[in-house]
Amino acid sequence: MKKLSVKTVVAIGIGAALFFVLGKISIPTPVPNTYISLQYAIEAVFATLFGPVAGLLIGLIGHTLVDATSYGPWWSWIIASACVGLIIGLITMKLDINEGINTKKIVTFNVAQIIAHLLAWGLIAPVLDIVIYSEPLEKLFAQGLMAGVANIITTGVVGTLLLIAYAETVVKRGSLKKED
Amino acid sequence: MARIAILSYIKRDSLVHELTGRTKLVFFLAWSVASMVTYDTRVLVCMLLFSIAIFKISRIRVKDISVVLGLAAVFLLMNNLFVYLFSPEYGVGLYQSRTVLFTIAGPYTVTLQQLFYHLNMTMKVVCVVPIALLFIACTDPSEFASSLASIGVSYRIGYSVSLALRYIPDVQREYHNISQAQQARGIDLSGKDKLFTRMKNSVAILLPLVLSSLNRIETVSNAMELRGFGRNKKRTWYNLRRMQRNDWIVTFLAAAILAVDLLVTFWDGSRYYNPFL
Repeated sequence: MKKLSVKTVVAIGIGAALFFVLGKISIPTPVPNTYISLQYAIEAVFATLFGPVAGLLIGLIGHTLVDATSYGPWWSWIIASACVGLIIGLITMKLDINEGINTKKIVTFNVAQIIAHLLAWGLIAPVLDIVIYSEPLEKLFAQGLMAGVANIITTGVVGTLLLIAYAETVVKRGSLKKED
Repeated sequence: MARIAILSYIKRDSLVHELTGRTKLVFFLAWSVASMVTYDTRVLVCMLLFSIAIFKISRIRVKDISVVLGLAAVFLLMNNLFVYLFSPEYGVGLYQSRTVLFTIAGPYTVTLQQLFYHLNMTMKVVCVVPIALLFIACTDPSEFASSLASIGVSYRIGYSVSLALRYIPDVQREYHNISQAQQARGIDLSGKDKLFTRMKNSVAILLPLVLSSLNRIETVSNAMELRGFGRNKKRTWYNLRRMQRNDWIVTFLAAAILAVDLLVTFWDGSRYYNPFL
């Protein structure tokens, strides 16, 4: 495995801290144990900026801390959270947000987050729940679907806005214009 | 200041506190795996009793963690309720017999098998709760990194974990400050606004938070780089404690529990203990 750079190590730590803090203030939805989760928007942005390994570990560490400090860890969802970061990070690896942002990059980011959330909450979390906790299929897919859709919307809106705003703050090469 | 109810390290004098972080981590992981694998009622009852016994030994009082226990109870209750709403006959399929106790309405009958399934599912979660809480409440956070590293996780990842623990209060304070400042400007996150407006408003809070976090990442990683972090393959830990006699006993105990758990669970070729056949 390639060694993690110092910056990635710190990004994982601070990203996980952000994930944790936002995970504690989530807005509830009508389906049990499912929330509008701002932390996934942050995870997606950090995965895009710092790569798949960072995304994976932010999800893993952040979600474990959230669960372990409120009730026992629910491993299947922790693993799903980690996968979200990994998948988004992998697909957006080639996007260099520091070089500015355009429509194509925004579309790629959103395609990545939709794929990631669908896979994580539609497939990985329910399947693991069946294997580990043997819960009924109908309940799991209703729950997974609800969580997935809520997360896609949150990440789509909040994540995209954050990414655009971040790109605006980075000074780009050749961005100075001579005043007429 | 509105505090978020979070479980944290509680310093006491007890056998559980004396164990090294590594021992507790190994025990916690083994225990989690054991509870995840099994669906055998006999194993679950033993694990539940054992976890309560450990809780007694740790001298953490129920009062210390009552908020967390309340959360866990609500979580479990909702989970059970929804499992029942979605498939009231699930236990019947699982245990392949049907003993109707009474009928509520329509397809919602209460069967002995369904109740038994709920009991097992609940125990599976409940027996992890005390151990998970104790792991958090009895382990000094500064020992996390060294204990992760000592079970073979790369020390970089261990360092990420301790950075996360170190910066949670800072990030929390910053979040609080920013959200107060934005509220003063009329941007609200509470239930008074529509869901979509709330989401848009959250960007106004998250953006300064993300930007300041990115700055922080820059500062901290520069500082670490200056001190030569990551130059060597290994590093030593200030907080690393030597394994004592008790640590070895508990580590072997963890392995033994896992082994017995697997053995009993899969002895008859099925995860489930079925008293109905």
